[in-house]
Amino acid sequence: MTKKHKAVALISGGLDSLLAVRVLQEQGIEVEGINFYTGFCVEGHTHAIRNHDKDKQKRNNALWSAEQLGIKLHIVDVIEEYKDVLLNPKHGYGANMNPCLDCKIFMVSKAVEWVKENRKNDFDFIITGEVIGQRPMSQRKETMPIISNESGADDILLRPLCAKNLPPTKPELEGWVDREKLYGFSGRNRKPQMALAKQFGFTDYASPAGGCCFLTDKNYSDKLVDLWDARGSREYEMDDIMLLKVGRHLRPKPAFKLIIARDAGESKYLEGYRKQFVTIQVTSHNGPLTMVDGEIKAEDYDLVAGIVARYGQGRDAEQVEVEIAVPGEEKQTLHIKPLSAEQVSVEWHV
Amino acid sequence: MSHYKLDARRMLCPMPVIKTQNKVKELAEGDILDVICTDPGALSDIPAWARINGHKVIANREIDDELIITVRVGG
Ligand code: SF4
Repeated sequence: MTKKHKAVALISGGLDSLLAVRVLQEQGIEVEGINFYTGFCVEGHTHAIRNHDKDKQKRNNALWSAEQLGIKLHIVDVIEEYKDVLLNPKHGYGANMNPCLDCKIFMVSKAVEWVKENRKNDFDFIITGEVIGQRPMSQRKETMPIISNESGADDILLRPLCAKNLPPTKPELEGWVDREKLYGFSGRNRKPQMALAKQFGFTDYASPAGGCCFLTDKNYSDKLVDLWDARGSREYEMDDIMLLKVGRHLRPKPAFKLIIARDAGESKYLEGYRKQFVTIQVTSHNGPLTMVDGEIKAEDYDLVAGIVARYGQGRDAEQVEVEIAVPGEEKQTLHIKPLSAEQVSVEWHV
Repeated sequence: MSHYKLDARRMLCPMPVIKTQNKVKELAEGDILDVICTDPGALSDIPAWARINGHKVIANREIDDELIITVRVGG
């Protein structure tokens, strides 16, 4: 009996990786999935935070894809290692803070590492859902060999959806997979993928607009850069990454910014930070919980209380009561007039 | 068969799933793991993860905003 060959697939949760796996399954290849969690992935977290997102996107698309395909999925936490990719990308950034090419190289190299660590499971090659020309930065004809080489995967990296546009890889040369039954997709047009999805009977798949992570989002990237500038250092922790997705961010002074919850879900989420951060809450009226990130001085209390009051139901009142809680100290109560809309400078919005 | 607990409170998905996965790797077939978490996303993600990887969620409870998801290793 001939040996059944095994591949590990990078699963992002999007349509392309879903199709890439199915194409190989059709050829009798056994596949397991691997998904890397950088901390910036679109999958997961924020859906738990904001109220209006609660019904939307409850599922994790990487898990969903694996379930559709009937494959195992290994999720790997790469938060720490990813910092170096984001902070020092050899190939630079895309339109925003997305280091896509370095990110792809990193993920494939992690898959190579994983295959070595799991040698007993006998994986023969790695597959991705990459398509030439699909993304301006990382998925171009010139970048495909860069990813293969720099990741150390070399000829065991197969892209089933665009293999026909690339030189044959080991799985094709060795006859483990039939190159003729692979695809030659290229360009930004998604129609061929959609047709293939239909052929395979996939419906309800995820199609994220930007990329697989928040770093392709301008707003998010701006907040990240603001945070680095304000701190004078590009270090970041998981809490920083999360907090950039929560609330309205206003920086009235260089030394600190306010994170103002936009709904009850976000207020509840920020509650968890009360022990670590200065928090501000209007107590005479309904209003959002606000967190201070950075160094705030007592002389700034009136200003921040006035801003926070602007975002609560007491915004038109003559005076509201605001509580400022510094961890480990007695709460302070202030009575102030909320700022008017004009007084909240647009410049403060991060 | 042993009974274990995993604290995944305040973690947001997929971290509770990753922690569960890594803990389950150390356990034996038939062991029971209670995952305590606060992200409601875990209510769909942990069962999905279990279904895919051959384990079973045998109970879900909610106590004071905390969710306890009980996984049986190996189904
Ligand atoms: S969008 Fe994000 S996760 Fe996807 S390749 Fe680019 S940097 Fe990596």
